[in-house]
Amino acid sequence: MKLESKVPEGPLAEKWTKHKFNLKLVNPANKRKYEIIVVGTGLAGASAAASLAELGYNVKAFCFQDSPRRAHSIAAQGGINAAKNYQNDGDSVYRLFYDTIKGGDYRSREGNVYRLAEVSVNIIDQCVAQGVPFAREYGGLLANRSFGGAQVSRTFYARGQTGQQLLLGAYSALNRQIANGKVKMHTRTEMLDVVVVDGKTRGIITRDLVTGKIESHSGHAVLLCTGGYGNVFYLSTNAKGSNVTAAWRAHKKGALFGNPCFTQIHPTCIPVSGDHQSKLTLMSESLRNDGRVWVPKTAHKGLKAKEAASIPEGDRDYFLERKYPSFGNLVPRDVASRNAKMMCDEGRGVGATGLAVFLDFSDAIKRDGKDLISAKYGNLFDMYKQITGDDPYQMPMMIFPAVHYTMGGLWVDYNLMTNVPGLYALGEANFTDHGANRLGASALMQGLADGYFVIPYTIGDYLANIGWNDKVGTDHPAFKEAIDKVNDRVTKLLSIKGKKTVDEFHRELGLTMWEYCGMSRNEEGLKTAKKKIQELREEFWKNVDVVGSANELNMELEKAGRVADFMELGELMVDDALNRSESCGGHFREESQTPEGEALRKDDEFSFVSAWEYKGDNQPEELHKEELRFENVKLTQRSYK
Amino acid sequence: MKITLKVWRQKSRTAKGEFKTYQADHVSSDMSFLEMLDVLNTSLIKKGEEPIHFDHDCREGICGMCSLYINGHPHGPLQTTTCQLHMRSFHDGQTITVEPWRAKAFPIIKDLVVDRSAFDRIQQAGGYVSVSTGGVPDANEIAIPKKIADEAFDSAACIGCGACVAACKNASAMLFVSAKVSQLALLPQGHAERKERVEKMVAQMDAEDFGACTNTRACEAECPKAISVTNIARMNREYFSAVFSSYEVTVGGGD
Repeated sequence: MKLESKVPEGPLAEKWTKHKFNLKLVNPANKRKYEIIVVGTGLAGASAAASLAELGYNVKAFCFQDSPRRAHSIAAQGGINAAKNYQNDGDSVYRLFYDTIKGGDYRSREGNVYRLAEVSVNIIDQCVAQGVPFAREYGGLLANRSFGGAQVSRTFYARGQTGQQLLLGAYSALNRQIANGKVKMHTRTEMLDVVVVDGKTRGIITRDLVTGKIESHSGHAVLLCTGGYGNVFYLSTNAKGSNVTAAWRAHKKGALFGNPCFTQIHPTCIPVSGDHQSKLTLMSESLRNDGRVWVPKTAHKGLKAKEAASIPEGDRDYFLERKYPSFGNLVPRDVASRNAKMMCDEGRGVGATGLAVFLDFSDAIKRDGKDLISAKYGNLFDMYKQITGDDPYQMPMMIFPAVHYTMGGLWVDYNLMTNVPGLYALGEANFTDHGANRLGASALMQGLADGYFVIPYTIGDYLANIGWNDKVGTDHPAFKEAIDKVNDRVTKLLSIKGKKTVDEFHRELGLTMWEYCGMSRNEEGLKTAKKKIQELREEFWKNVDVVGSANELNMELEKAGRVADFMELGELMVDDALNRSESCGGHFREESQTPEGEALRKDDEFSFVSAWEYKGDNQPEELHKEELRFENVKLTQRSYK
Repeated sequence: MKITLKVWRQKSRTAKGEFKTYQADHVSSDMSFLEMLDVLNTSLIKKGEEPIHFDHDCREGICGMCSLYINGHPHGPLQTTTCQLHMRSFHDGQTITVEPWRAKAFPIIKDLVVDRSAFDRIQQAGGYVSVSTGGVPDANEIAIPKKIADEAFDSAACIGCGACVAACKNASAMLFVSAKVSQLALLPQGHAERKERVEKMVAQMDAEDFGACTNTRACEAECPKAISVTNIARMNREYFSAVFSSYEVTVGGGD
């Protein structure tokens, strides 16, 4: 299979403009003859559904939550980047492009990333026009901050709730179209399969989560805006419902999965408190601007935060400041995470589990006063106290890394279309823009760029080419067949009646993934993981206990289906991590490091996107490579010493 | 900790519900309330019983999906969401009563899960600025005083959980509706449609069978995001101003 990225030729800055002109248009009067299915209503899905409906297409939108406003984009805290250069500090579209491609450790496409930077400016305009209450200066103009170690202030924000405000903006645009009758919204509905007939995507199969009814929906195109798969690790900062099912079913119908092993581990999360832990909570990265990260020089088993003051200054190891004098506590996410893990592996971790490091604000409070620190981080300190019971004004926080974002996802071309015609993937669900590591405040940017400003153009080209007549109704045998398969799977899950709960399987899968395919990976460990996952999957289909019935609200059944898919994905992630025997971005292979123990990229061997093709149940997947060509940037090794 | 739970169980919307009593014997004070229920559910499944159904998703206090009426308070004793409530807020040996949101406009789906789609329909009636994608002015062409932007943000912080309705003896949705009306009435972007918006959203709110507001302020006291009743006052002012001067009334009043 030859992978066509369809990135247009020509100078970087002209690619998108030229491409937009070359794309076919659908006559306004004909748009109403097309039906588009949008799965997921986060930033990418809501913005796409609203924008396509505004153009005149008929849209059917789906979400598994009780309202489109609950999608997990809502939880993003920090902000959204845009190359507005409102601060006159030297930002430009090119600089945002360059920072993003470098931050991604040169594993993303130049053309896509440049386009992202280019449309970033339109996103801010759009959101402001919708009434998104961004932070402002006293003069009434928009405020910016520097974020995630960026050297320019290009991040727009709405306190610590930027994702919420952007999503509610997109939700309001979606609501307007629901009221207009152009979007038909299906809530509490989960997509369980894609229907492909004669090589084209024709619709989806869904389950109504309240009644259990399995239904068919046909359309001219299907957009998967279903987010990332971080919950394969069981514990992550994702919402409990976030899952890979829609993307995985598309993968099993032929869509290639790009760079599945590229996951982002965020360094500043609240540590695990016990076996009951159901999810991890992120504390904003901005805390590292003033907090100092340390562990004791010698192991102190079970050291509590309130005992931290008993460790004299000379016995503390501020390990990030020691190892990276020029960046100190502000090293990128992957470096900070890995070093925290190393300290804990050495036995110098703190807290009851030994899986935590201190993030200490006492020097900052001494220097700036409690009031200033409170003005900057008050809400985060309150949240930390609420969850842990410790007061960060009195003692250091304890933090530990947690899975936060997945850069990998369905492989798509420049038009955001997967290799299956008519099937698109937007936002975190695709693999395109962040390479091997995502920069802070870039996820919101990408979700909205895809939905508001890319898909409305690119989908027209496909639709104009196939014509509105080219549609398959739900009475086609392919829909019936897909429905039967979905029903069979539901029946099978309910009939096993084994001894272990779905959560027990999920937790076990998560532990394996975290241990062997987490912050640091090696060949031996990955091979162990592969075996463990295969065994677990086998056991699952013999020994899972799903109570309740199919024709009602049954959350155990929902979880069971999702965990079954996570177990298949987990193995593919391990395969991908095994294959990529270089270190890049969030993917650290222990075999590939510099003499100082830093990540060593191998551009000669691995300048490609791994795109995996499903070959049938229990068959090894086939690897396809999309070579990455860099015409504008020079590849360099990252150094933060 | 040992906890006794009295939980409302109801198989479906039409089935008759009842309280069931459960014993939770190994509760850690570090658990969140929902994690305590997770552990209880695992033990129920092990006994072959159906787990207690409750809504939840982000578990970090922002998606608005979790609910639960705990010991007579929506989201429990603290002014936070249930997912951010921890067992250290309770004491060993305590009995905790857990009910769903109770409101005619929020019918029960199962156990503690209710249907809040009425909230979506109110937003669909007018909770937006009618701008389409593209063709909007540069973001900095609209200068908004910081004070106004901050106030609009305070209103926009609503997470749509429905605690205000559950707290209200009349099951009124005024706090929820007024938060959106306020946000868009404060900001210049919302001015073109402000009269029509408040009329439509209030009409939809009434059509959904939410009760009237009698200013007891229970909503404000229980709101996990501290949405102020000032919003209700502002919405009332917007509404009265609109019904006496909106285009519909002006046009209709001529004949």
